[in-house]
Amino acid sequence: MKYIDEFRDNKIANNISRAIFDKARNLGPINLMEVCGTHTMSICKFGIRGMLPENINLISGPGCPVCVTPKSYLDKAIAISTLPDVVLTTFGDMMRVPGSRSSLEKEKSCGRSIKVVYSVLDAVEMAEKNSDKKIVFLGIGFETTSPTVAASLAYAKKKNLKNFFVYSGHKIIPPAMEILAKDPAVAIDGFLCPAHVSAIIGTGPYKIIAGKYRIPCVIAGFEPLDVLQGILMLIEQIGSNSSYVENQYKRVVKSSGNKKATALLDKVFSVEDSEWRGIGRLAKSGLRLSRDYSRFDALKAFSLPEVKTTPDKGCRCGSVLKGIKTPIECKLFSKKCTPQDPQGACMVSSEGACAAYHRYRR
Amino acid sequence: MCLAIPMKIERIEGDRALVSAGNIKRMAGINFLSNPKIGEYVIVHAGFAIEKIDPKKAKETLRLLEEIQ
Repeated sequence: MKYIDEFRDNKIANNISRAIFDKARNLGPINLMEVCGTHTMSICKFGIRGMLPENINLISGPGCPVCVTPKSYLDKAIAISTLPDVVLTTFGDMMRVPGSRSSLEKEKSCGRSIKVVYSVLDAVEMAEKNSDKKIVFLGIGFETTSPTVAASLAYAKKKNLKNFFVYSGHKIIPPAMEILAKDPAVAIDGFLCPAHVSAIIGTGPYKIIAGKYRIPCVIAGFEPLDVLQGILMLIEQIGSNSSYVENQYKRVVKSSGNKKATALLDKVFSVEDSEWRGIGRLAKSGLRLSRDYSRFDALKAFSLPEVKTTPDKGCRCGSVLKGIKTPIECKLFSKKCTPQDPQGACMVSSEGACAAYHRYRR
Repeated sequence: MCLAIPMKIERIEGDRALVSAGNIKRMAGINFLSNPKIGEYVIVHAGFAIEKIDPKKAKETLRLLEEIQ
């Protein structure tokens, strides 16, 4: 397929691999973090680790939205699904994430009205067709996904829909990168920045990482040649002792990002502090519905019973999301915790580090 | 859920477009695109085209990739 096949060429991949070997030879150990789960998936699927010298260590980052959604969010989502006339709609990845006592999948099998949708547009359509039901959409995702929810909320407002609601768990990537940049336990020498988040936010938000923390940043596409070239660009920056923001994925990412999308985000959402699974509460890292859109906010529209969230036992998702542990260092990995019976979120979503490691065996 | 693929614009109807990739065809929101045209390629994620693919820049990247030895 166009824009996929040509970025998977084997011969070019080998050439880039040789160039990386050559340029990394005298650099000592290098830790590169791929922030985005889709990069993790691509690295595992295409065997990128096998094309790199031993001194380059690729660390998976916090960029899987399902994985960083805290358990308390899921417990509340389950509580919403128990309310009368509510139909809970969600991306499929959320279904099997374990909450404190149950999962959306288990609740659905008990008869709760929970439906998987491909797009928030499907949830809006459901609201238009079923005026006797309250359709609640679980708004999960980073800057790639939040504009799609913003567009649907703008549409719902225009159409004056009274039965469409969003429970926003949306998060913003750069604040999490800054926390990791500061963390001595992680020690990152370079960030491979997400492709499609950057299509929305542009190159600007990474400047603080490259400037203040002196960590090279390269925005890279998701095809194997993109990932390899991104790694080569990072190695070249490290080799020349420089740190700036580079864009490998110029065919999609503009320096200014997508202004139509960011304008809509600013209108529909307000920035707030937000809880990240494994990382903690980060300042200005989440999105809630703005005052103009508060009547669509599920948390404001419904009064929920008190929900108690229990801590994780044995699951090392938190350390995996921060890049402190690899999935295989978790005792549960591929034993008690599998995609069929996941103990933590990182084994559920296909972009989760544990799921990618399990599926492709590194 | 983060899956996003390059798809081609086949038809435009208001703020939606019919997009295709291989045998897959579906409608996608084009609210975020500036001046979308039939035949252009876009990245489609969760029912929306989030950005266009610039064919000149794609060619330029491929040329640079071919030069790496």
